[in-house]
Amino acid sequence: MLLNQEQRLEAYRRMLRIRRFEEEGTRLYKAGKIPGAFHASIGQEATIVGACMALRDDDSMTGTHRSHGHPIGKGAELSGLMAELMGKQTGICKGRGGSMHLADNTVGIIGESAIVGGGIPLATGCALSAKVRRTDQVSLCFFGDGAVNQGTFHESLNMAALWKLPVVYLCENNGYAITTSLAKSHGQPSIAKRAEAYGMPGVMVDGQDVRAVYEAAHAAVARGRRGDGPTLIEAKTYRFDEHQVGLFIPGEPYRSPEEVGQHRQSRDPILLFRSALLGAGVSKAELSSIESEVQRGVDKAVQFATSSPFPDPATLCDYMYSESISYPDPYTKRCWEAR
Amino acid sequence: MSAAMQGTHLASAQMTYLEAIVQAQIEELERDERVVMMGEDLAVYGDGKVVARFGPDRIWSTPISETSFTGAGIGAAITGLRPIVALSIASFMYLAADPIINQAAKLRYMTGGQVRVPIVFRCSLYYGRSIAAQHSDRPYPMFINIPGLKIVCPASAADIKGLLKSAVRDDDPVMIFEDARLWPVKGPVPTDREWLVPIGKAEVKQAGTDVTIVAIAGAMRPSLEAAEVLKAEGISVEIIDPRTLKPLDTETIVNSVAKTGRLVIVENAHRLCSLSSEIAAIVGEEAFGLLKKPIQRLTAPDVHVPFSPALEKIMFPDRDKIVAAVKQIL
Repeated sequence: MLLNQEQRLEAYRRMLRIRRFEEEGTRLYKAGKIPGAFHASIGQEATIVGACMALRDDDSMTGTHRSHGHPIGKGAELSGLMAELMGKQTGICKGRGGSMHLADNTVGIIGESAIVGGGIPLATGCALSAKVRRTDQVSLCFFGDGAVNQGTFHESLNMAALWKLPVVYLCENNGYAITTSLAKSHGQPSIAKRAEAYGMPGVMVDGQDVRAVYEAAHAAVARGRRGDGPTLIEAKTYRFDEHQVGLFIPGEPYRSPEEVGQHRQSRDPILLFRSALLGAGVSKAELSSIESEVQRGVDKAVQFATSSPFPDPATLCDYMYSESISYPDPYTKRCWEAR
Repeated sequence: MSAAMQGTHLASAQMTYLEAIVQAQIEELERDERVVMMGEDLAVYGDGKVVARFGPDRIWSTPISETSFTGAGIGAAITGLRPIVALSIASFMYLAADPIINQAAKLRYMTGGQVRVPIVFRCSLYYGRSIAAQHSDRPYPMFINIPGLKIVCPASAADIKGLLKSAVRDDDPVMIFEDARLWPVKGPVPTDREWLVPIGKAEVKQAGTDVTIVAIAGAMRPSLEAAEVLKAEGISVEIIDPRTLKPLDTETIVNSVAKTGRLVIVENAHRLCSLSSEIAAIVGEEAFGLLKKPIQRLTAPDVHVPFSPALEKIMFPDRDKIVAAVKQIL
């Protein structure tokens, strides 16, 4: 299935939203306005958006420590995300998650796992849940090339294939697990090929081409909704920035400045898609209008986040436990609250 | 029969601890279609009746993939199911520990309350059977150190039924450590399907005035036997079963110490950073002035569970050790 005209413009909008959000975030991080570690998704926008565009709003999703792009790709509001990065009370996770955990449940994200491979079983469980509840929901599971060497990848793909679960395993293969290349960590460098061993289709796509990712994801989602089981998609992409902003890595560089420059110049997913849209007859004015709309949205989010308060220290223990169930015995008290 | 049950004259049936586990699960699976069970070889570990009664959509017989079927249970819990994940033997909890700790326990907090994780993790404390250290652990103390979990460790058939049912209905992750030594022990169990034992509430098993014994799970029986021996010598023992280890009902323990001034804590976990350590610290902080003598802790030593019965039998507190500990502080 191809993206229609309206979807193509929406895909461009979301990719650009990720790019501008990350650029602004990087600037704020360097200025000391965002604490912790900042992992930008710049360069990987087409993979994220192409996959998310194949989902419905009620489909579940899990992501990774490189978490900012995923909610934006799925259509989340920016303000709560930016406020979360700054550790504000108005953040989507109330300042309890931060950069590696930008999970927005209103768009179906159940968690962004900073434990590499940690989201793979959870996404598998979302699919199991959909099957038990007899809905036609699918779940989309983002993970990186490093995660496929975790045991959870092997265990989860086996179970999903065994039970024909509606899950799309989407590997954002950006070539490096922090500094470790595929050549130095994978006996079989094709990640898509691993699918065959589990009894599911494995597809390799150009992760810099949003249309190609969408088409592969759409086919995988349709397969899941039909009850035919999971699919593994390997999207070849590239991380333009360092693993995390400002990270100093001593010794020999693990990738050359030429390699990075070449990707930035000729493999930028947003520039590639922009040219394709112009070539397909979309007017420059239309794209400019989207570009300024996106910039306004990011500016608004920064303004919202900056003016939001930090969490009240009195709320430290909030969100730890749910309300106690109501027991028939009147003597029950919530004694964990007292301590 | 517990004091609470005696007072209310509930209809009850005699059943073993293991039968109570099975009955609780059958009742909850029948009550709520969102409840599912997941685990390896479920019938082998006592759940044969449950497996026979429900279809494969409710009972997920899993491959040997503890980390991932536990994680899958968590994903299912967040998206509308209420899974009971059976890890069989407690030592396998280590394989499931990453998703339990990094996902189930943390996701509600880390998402600012956007998601909830209503899930039960069951396992048995399978010691005293000459199966050596890799199958015999009692690892609940290390999970007590994890914020976000609730942990129960019942000592009677009625309590395991009532607490397992409460765990299934709770909206947070609950770990259940079932003492396999108690599997064949029979007791009266209320038959009312809505009868629950509240999470977070200890029980005074036996009232007394001279010394308080807090006993956990399999340590309860030798503690009751020790109390009988001491009673014959004119020593009155109060016995408390915490039942829930987290959140711990410290009020019941402190109130008892206020009465007796003496405290012995008995459990079968290893000594260091055990629940006994925590109870001793709490009583030291909150009730130091009430203590007439130093607190006594009886636990397994800081040694692995050995294979040979000749060695394993000396690992755990028994009646005579408990009697001796009590006499030491009289």
